[in-house]
Amino acid sequence: MDQFTLNLLVVGATFVLYIGIAIWARAGSTSEFYAAGRGVHPVVNGMATGADWMSAASFISMAGLIAFGGYDTSTYLMGWTGGYVLLAMLLAPYLRKFGKFTVPEFIGDRFYSQTARTVAVICLIVASITYVIGQMTGVGVAFSRFLEVDNTTGLFIGAAIVFLYAVLGGMKGITYTQVAQYVVLIIAYTIPAIFISLQLTGNPIPGLGLFSNDVNTGAPILSTLNDTVEALGFASYTGQHDTTLNMFLFTMTLMIGTAGLPHVIVRFFTVPKVADARSSAGWALVFIALLYLTAPAVGAMARLNLVSTFYPNGVNEPAVEMTAIENDQNLAWVRNWAQTGLLSFDDKNGDGRIEYNASDANELTVNRDIITLANPEIANLPGWVIALVAAGGLAAALSTAAGLLMAISSAVSHDLIKSQINPGISEKGELLAARISMAVAIVVATYLGLNPPGFAAQTVALAFGLAASSIFPALMMGIFTKRINNTGAVAGMLTGLATTLIYIFLHKGWFFIPDTNTFTDANPMILSIKSTSFGVIGAVLNFIVAYVVSNATKETPEDIQELVESIRVPKGAGAAVDH
Amino acid sequence: MADKSSSNAYWKANIRTIQISLVIWFIVSFGFGILLRPMLAGIKIGGTDLGFWFAQQGSILVFLVLIFTYAWRMNKLDREHGVEE
Repeated sequence: MDQFTLNLLVVGATFVLYIGIAIWARAGSTSEFYAAGRGVHPVVNGMATGADWMSAASFISMAGLIAFGGYDTSTYLMGWTGGYVLLAMLLAPYLRKFGKFTVPEFIGDRFYSQTARTVAVICLIVASITYVIGQMTGVGVAFSRFLEVDNTTGLFIGAAIVFLYAVLGGMKGITYTQVAQYVVLIIAYTIPAIFISLQLTGNPIPGLGLFSNDVNTGAPILSTLNDTVEALGFASYTGQHDTTLNMFLFTMTLMIGTAGLPHVIVRFFTVPKVADARSSAGWALVFIALLYLTAPAVGAMARLNLVSTFYPNGVNEPAVEMTAIENDQNLAWVRNWAQTGLLSFDDKNGDGRIEYNASDANELTVNRDIITLANPEIANLPGWVIALVAAGGLAAALSTAAGLLMAISSAVSHDLIKSQINPGISEKGELLAARISMAVAIVVATYLGLNPPGFAAQTVALAFGLAASSIFPALMMGIFTKRINNTGAVAGMLTGLATTLIYIFLHKGWFFIPDTNTFTDANPMILSIKSTSFGVIGAVLNFIVAYVVSNATKETPEDIQELVESIRVPKGAGAAVDH
Repeated sequence: MADKSSSNAYWKANIRTIQISLVIWFIVSFGFGILLRPMLAGIKIGGTDLGFWFAQQGSILVFLVLIFTYAWRMNKLDREHGVEE
């Protein structure tokens, strides 16, 4: 059976599974549509949160960025896990106690203001749409490869499937589907990593293999990797090349962004008790860590394998011959990926070989987003492993896209239409509005995804900056201080969102339209702060403005102070109430 | 709701637990992984140094321990102060 048929079979089988589960657990009432009737066990919830959380950015994109960025990209690893500590301690238990359905609902009630609620909806939509653009990039890469079409066609096919998929079920359908998706994605990520770790180090656990010796050189694999890439003129793998300031701010942005992303926070609304919200965050991180402890090994080993593909006799010997790339069965992956347009080679000096190095004479271009998907092919693993990775990548992208679209649609239908524009709307009408807003969000994200502002993980990082600067501070202040009032919160959120959005647009182009940027991330506006790292500064501005404005305006009313007191203690948390 | 003084004490104990946890959270990631890496460069591990390990794996393992410890400790505090569900 050829690879194409095998891909279709495996990916098709997983889709049948997800859709089957979605139909079986179809959402009946609005309460089930949003929060799965609050009957979800912490371990199950943790697994679903893991699938929700690990998107195309983690699965498809991150290891590729690590492969080329080395130590500097540790920021992604720390940033996308450390936020769970903040979630577990600063937000999840109190928001569960509060017992409503959406993040804007909490902000609207705590800051006793419809304006605050509307501003929260805007922040949520801006961050979530940016996030979905990143997913679309990843989906485009995955579909273009396994259907063997160009990248843009892959993107359109992916968008159509995300649409069908998300519109079908609500949260309950999604919760159980996401458990299935977690299982598919973690198996798909781990199996090739185990194979490759065994090949290169003899250690079956990739996370340990990363710090083991290379079976060929006998030296630690990271030393071998450093020697190899430096011989080709690239920066060392384990060395620091980014500034300490940017690394620090970027990591912090990802962490607080994690704790400010609505599609993750709503997960903690669905556990039965306050105590479960705390342990749910821990379980989520357990399931996430399984992938995150493997990812740095995948990155390092993929880089090593990539180099040895192009220098089969070592980096000091001549590079691979053009005729081999065109004919060799082991190099079929180079030809296949060239078809998607995401990998290209050109024998510029006409020596019949494809050289890969850091100089102008480099003849190979590899899009970083293909590394994880191409990894099993580069290592010549069996066809079913390659098909499985394609299925895993799609599971990751679909589950997150669905979760985000849920968050967007509930914000629009529940927080905007039902609570403000048309309170008399029927349950049916509310569900219809939710589905229409999902469709609009997909169309916008697909359109913007045609010219993505970066690799999947970088685009997603921008979304984290936006969530970090707007939603996280508002939630945290809402719980930890009684002094912040309606005006302060609104002013703070608007300041955080606006400064971060403007900083991003100045570097990535207005509305991500190419060539409309004034600065670049290579040469940023302020010090060495890249657009992806600005979120934490936006958050600090948010805190300051909220504090100053609140102190200059009227004190928080008595009943709101009591509300804050009550969310701080678990006692008395009943089932959530709709209003 | 529990009486005011009891829930005040509960909240103070919670804040204190969070503070200690976040100090550790900061030290293992931003500290060992980024700011203090040059100082830890002498401690070698698998072809690189301890800071690299903390940045790529060690911090994640500590985060896990932190969350479960916090959950366990808060369950205990909930009961001690009579504010559990």
